Amino acid sequence: MTPRTLYRRIVDAHTVGPLGEGGEILLYVDRQVLNEYTSPQAFAALHAAGRTVWRPQASIAVVDHVNPTNPVRTARTMALADAGRARQVRTLAENCARHGIELYDMLDSRQGIEHVVASEQGLVLPGMVIAAGDSHTTTHGAMGALGFGIGSSEIEHLLATQTLVYRVMRSMRVTIGGRVGAGVTAKDLILALIRTIGADGASGHVIEFTGEAITALGVEGRLTLCNMGVEAAARGAIVAPDDALFEYLHGRPRAPKGADWDAALARWRDLRSEDGAVFDAEVTLDASRIGPMVTWGTSPDQGTTIDSVVPDPAGEADPARRKSMSRALEYMDLRPGQPLDGLAISHAFIGSCTNGRLDDLRDAARVLRGRKVAPGIRAMVVPGSTSVREQAEAEGLDAVFRDAGFEWRQAGCSMCVAMNDDHLEPGDRCASSTNRNFEGRQGAGARTHLMSPAMVAAAAVSGAITDVRRLLPG
Amino acid sequence: MERFTTLTGVAAALQHANLDTDQIMPKQFLRGIDRSGLADGFLFDLRFAAPGRPRPDFVLNRAPWNEAVVLVTGPNFGCGSSREHAVWGMRELGIRCVIGTTFGGIFGDNCTRNGVPAITLPVVEVERLMALAADPARCRITVDLQTRTILSPGDGRELPFEFDPLRRHMLLEGLDAVGLTLQHADDIRRFERQYLQHQPWL
Ligand code: SF4
Repeated sequence: MTPRTLYRRIVDAHTVGPLGEGGEILLYVDRQVLNEYTSPQAFAALHAAGRTVWRPQASIAVVDHVNPTNPVRTARTMALADAGRARQVRTLAENCARHGIELYDMLDSRQGIEHVVASEQGLVLPGMVIAAGDSHTTTHGAMGALGFGIGSSEIEHLLATQTLVYRVMRSMRVTIGGRVGAGVTAKDLILALIRTIGADGASGHVIEFTGEAITALGVEGRLTLCNMGVEAAARGAIVAPDDALFEYLHGRPRAPKGADWDAALARWRDLRSEDGAVFDAEVTLDASRIGPMVTWGTSPDQGTTIDSVVPDPAGEADPARRKSMSRALEYMDLRPGQPLDGLAISHAFIGSCTNGRLDDLRDAARVLRGRKVAPGIRAMVVPGSTSVREQAEAEGLDAVFRDAGFEWRQAGCSMCVAMNDDHLEPGDRCASSTNRNFEGRQGAGARTHLMSPAMVAAAAVSGAITDVRRLLPG
Repeated sequence: MERFTTLTGVAAALQHANLDTDQIMPKQFLRGIDRSGLADGFLFDLRFAAPGRPRPDFVLNRAPWNEAVVLVTGPNFGCGSSREHAVWGMRELGIRCVIGTTFGGIFGDNCTRNGVPAITLPVVEVERLMALAADPARCRITVDLQTRTILSPGDGRELPFEFDPLRRHMLLEGLDAVGLTLQHADDIRRFERQYLQHQPWL
């Protein structure tokens, strides 16, 4: 038999059967996470057709996109002033109650961004297929699982049948060798990859990440990496499981226990691409040549290293790309040749499903200790989950952020997508640890520069985008 | 789902690369719990200077493209967020087909599930159709999913295209995907029983 990639092995293990002559299959899905803004339409369609949920225990639901992140969380501060958002949260609760689906509502101690919560609860295990109505479901590839986002109609299909009609994607191996330098993180690796292959570089592919630099990343770094795989258009981004992952999973609330753990572990150890497996595409990067990255444009592939200048659209051969570069520079109010180091900001934001985990907060705190946010800058930390927030407080990180002048807020998507009350005003310029620098993403007319949490911290204390390596303890 | 067999009408060109679903359907339109009332939100900031104030120079606000039924798009159209609202709003505005070199993967799937074929073509063909779409005298085309051809009287061409057979069948018949899959309920149950037996911790 031809050696198979890990991706293909996961798909094969979940194939109920083939469908038609076009190569599509019926794919069994282990788990799905539901949120308040993409699930209501799925439930409504399900009910309209008189259907029910195939396996309620395969779903969990969480409120993350629209909830407030006020520093104090009580029933009163979580009351939603906006009638539409309040109805979304209420509808999710009603649908969960009706079908017996577990819900992590706003006041639940397990609440947080769906892609942070799922791994920290041990809901995603190696070899699983997980789908959710959110594009960053690719995050879960860090658990040695296949995760991908789907639309509301597919959520309906999944709720009703626990399967999806699936077309097997092409495979891409991304090998990142070498060692990262000081101040360089998983965020910089993925931004460098996206710049190299483009925002549609992995279109129609599932990525497997491998190489020395990947193995050396902690599990949280791998979550960051796989999370942003979708920004290169990947339909999944996997890292093969290893001891670091097993250690991370052991003892998590929903991870198997006792004899089940041993049996599961034996299966998981075998989860890797078979020797000689051929990938449809191969990309290689050298981590030692990647510096701290910053985006200058309005697409995640429009980024460069901190010591570079804003590129000139005139140098771009492809007309569509040239046009989008010019438009991006206009939106971002930047000139070709302008250095990124020293570019003044008005806001600093640390959070999101990309960089809202404990390691991210530790990285930022390392830069902030003994420093103050520059005058006139609004700086916020929104932990990725309530549990991340609690662990950070146990380590005293909240004090570091507060002392530096950061707001220490409650968990949610917050200013990653600005669907709650946290948003920027037109013309604001934000150093942000999030994943999308799209026009208007953090607020209409606002400008977003993506970077690592440590780089955001460095920008906050400098009042301008800065090379974090200058601020790191030697 | 409404069937799609053949469609004739005005095509509009949107040259932008990586036009993401945040731009296709901005967040202020995501506060609902249903699929309707989203036509205004489609490409809101490109189409409107403010609510109720269309930008006169934007292609979809000018004749004949204000009646467009096809969009010819730049690469990676619909990338980003999974929000199906992008397709619901586009469909409600009257767009029944999109043509480009690549689409955001989830967006492409969402199109199929809403009776909107997302047709991918080589870059030279997309550029040719874009040039036709930009010309008011030649921007009418026919998309025939039955024969898998695009007819462009503007330059007298007849272009065959590839389309996934299962998706094509679903679109041509307007089939309910859930209903179709539930015909395999016994297979799913059998698979599930075996699968869970080997991994009782799931
Ligand atoms: S943090 Fe941002 S990217 Fe992640 S799920 Fe929330 S809105 Fe989406």
